[in-house]
Amino acid sequence: MTTTYPSGPTSAPTSGPLQATTATFIGMPKFPKAAKEALANTQQRRNLAHATGVIRAKRAGVVAELPQWEDLRLAGAAAKDETMTHLAAYLEQLEANLVRNGAQVHWARDAAEACQIVVDIAAAKGVDEVVKVKSMATQEIELNEALEAAGIHAWETDLAELIVQLGHDRPSHILVPAIHRNRSEIREIFRREMHLVGRPAPDDLTDEPRRLAEAARLHLREKFLRAKVAVSGANFAIADTGTLVVVESEGNGRMCLTLPETLISVVGIEKVLPTWQDLGTFMQLLPRSSTGERMNPYTSMWTGVHPGDGPQEVHVVLIDNGRSHVLADPLGRQALRCIRCSACLNVCPVYERAGGHAYGSVYPGPIGAVLNPQLRGTASDVDKSLPFASTLCGACFEACPVRIDIPSLLVHLRAQVVDESGRKSAEAKAMKAMAWMMGDYRRLEKAQKAATLGGRLLKGRTIHTMPGPFAPWTSARDVPSPPTSSFRDWWKARNTDSTTEDQR
Amino acid sequence: MTASSITPTVTPAVTPTVAKGLKVALFAACYNDTMWPGTPIAVVKLLERLGCRVEFPQRQTCCGQIFTNTGYAAEALPLVRGFVDTFAAYDAIVAPTGSCVGAIRHQHHDLAAAAGDVALTRAVDALTPKVYDLSEFLIDVLGVTDVGAYFPHRVTFHPTCHSIRVAGVGDRPQRLLQAVRGLTLVDLPHKEECCGFGGTFSLKNADVSIAMASDKARHVRETGAEVLVAGDNMCLMNMGSVLARQRAGVRVMHLAEVLASTEEDPA
Repeated sequence: MTTTYPSGPTSAPTSGPLQATTATFIGMPKFPKAAKEALANTQQRRNLAHATGVIRAKRAGVVAELPQWEDLRLAGAAAKDETMTHLAAYLEQLEANLVRNGAQVHWARDAAEACQIVVDIAAAKGVDEVVKVKSMATQEIELNEALEAAGIHAWETDLAELIVQLGHDRPSHILVPAIHRNRSEIREIFRREMHLVGRPAPDDLTDEPRRLAEAARLHLREKFLRAKVAVSGANFAIADTGTLVVVESEGNGRMCLTLPETLISVVGIEKVLPTWQDLGTFMQLLPRSSTGERMNPYTSMWTGVHPGDGPQEVHVVLIDNGRSHVLADPLGRQALRCIRCSACLNVCPVYERAGGHAYGSVYPGPIGAVLNPQLRGTASDVDKSLPFASTLCGACFEACPVRIDIPSLLVHLRAQVVDESGRKSAEAKAMKAMAWMMGDYRRLEKAQKAATLGGRLLKGRTIHTMPGPFAPWTSARDVPSPPTSSFRDWWKARNTDSTTEDQR
Repeated sequence: MTASSITPTVTPAVTPTVAKGLKVALFAACYNDTMWPGTPIAVVKLLERLGCRVEFPQRQTCCGQIFTNTGYAAEALPLVRGFVDTFAAYDAIVAPTGSCVGAIRHQHHDLAAAAGDVALTRAVDALTPKVYDLSEFLIDVLGVTDVGAYFPHRVTFHPTCHSIRVAGVGDRPQRLLQAVRGLTLVDLPHKEECCGFGGTFSLKNADVSIAMASDKARHVRETGAEVLVAGDNMCLMNMGSVLARQRAGVRVMHLAEVLASTEEDPA
């Protein structure tokens, strides 16, 4: 099996460059600080608790309908693992089939290369605007900002992305980027912003969902009908046919994928599926995991160019942007199975309270906590803190349709952060001391003597404040005072006249 | 809200033949041994009442989970070795903690294998199937659901994350509680959601941790229960310390202490 890229990056998939932190997220504070600020936003907490609660219940309902759900998860994980094991070969096959069907394939090592390719294609068409299908890959590379810098407006056409874009905001969820907004906030954004970039919102706009959707439709329709170039991502890229697939709910994707003359799709190299048959597995896993629906309303598939029908110029930009680095880690590479369904976000108690912005990336939640430190490395404050932004409760692993063991990956990345820190911190010293104490039961017994002496002195009084690293605990919680004797003291007293196994 | 009240019945015979003379090693867990001795004491009383002979291997300390989960796998490895040395000779090891049992089952092998220690990996693989959470040991090994306990209180149960998602104890604790005479078990809303403890998470991300614990405490209060029961004392400490700070009037208790409670020796 070949390990070199077909025509693009010279680096083999077994090693690779890290993703550069994009402009928006440079200097993001570490997770606990950002989360503390987010917790103070009571409206956002309400919005998130409501929205994730609704979607969790919907998902649980439709997943329970399928007795073969666990088999589907295994099949999904296996198909993705097959892709990752032979990635170079499947990418070559995909490229060959795309080219055979009239598409043009571009390879991009990183965000800057990918953005430049898209900007060049759009500029060559002489356009000053493109319409966009919701796409995580283009969010990741900050394509909209690159296009704007080149004087090309990028219009988001997914309703939630439109809300985020009009609100000069950032997405806080993979599937529902405006999950942190409620409908009255959306009404205000539409009324304030729509008229600045196109058809204004109606004067009598209310916060009824039907009226808001209608306002978005009318606003977007003129852009769909006018645009000459569309930009999309892809949920899947099928190697054995050269077919790209977009799964969506609103039909805006279908508009973008069929009306403009030129279509540019930016696709992460991990999106490849080996065969057309594999799609059947993922079309059962994805809608149920993401929106909690049995099937999504619109699934668009296109295989190169079809003369006289749809876009007549089809470009596919395959991006690495740190993925080879993830692939190089035998344990970490399972994160590349991710199909961006958001099930892990919706079940995560930390995400529900901290919100998506605290993760300092377009990939928030549990998958973001493992993917960002792998794609970007653990040099920045936020990436160092992400592996610790979890209680390891395991709800994410349970919900993941491709069985990414996120808790184990978090633990793996925690060790990486600790090792890179040089083990010089106060925490490292405390851990070393505690491990020494636990290394021999006689040392543990000595420590217990100190604790139970403390317990006798405190006489059961509750501890309300603690110093140093334990201070955060007591900001809202009491500390139990130690008991007056340990379990082993009780055991020894009870067994003084009987031999226990320890005298073996 | 659903409440299932258990009608008191005749005291059942709770000494199945399988339990008679069975030699059981208790793994107390370091924090129970040091901070909550009442829990391992309850395990000893309960298992002896059911006919087991319980031993406490004195050399035991910590399963190593706190080190592994904080990023200090190297510090955890000697503790894996110590655990194997201490317990390898026993037929059954019982621990009143789903969290440590989960760590033993899912981390000890990986730690030994990652260190390239083949002998230790083999020893771990031989030992771990004999390690049980208390609820598993009672139902699966001893074959008892009604352990002859009496606890006349309104109780709600929090199934801790590692018990259900890592160790995989399922609904065994609830089945044991439902068989306790006098006990009214009230369903805890959103029970499978984490209480926010997460080991060092509670210090490193104290604000999110407290937000989670506060929501959990609210759900506990909604049940009107007098006692909050769980199978892990660290989670109980987290929830209990928020409830205590709120002066909520809810007591927290380990499952083992409820199951050990009788008319003669009430908890």
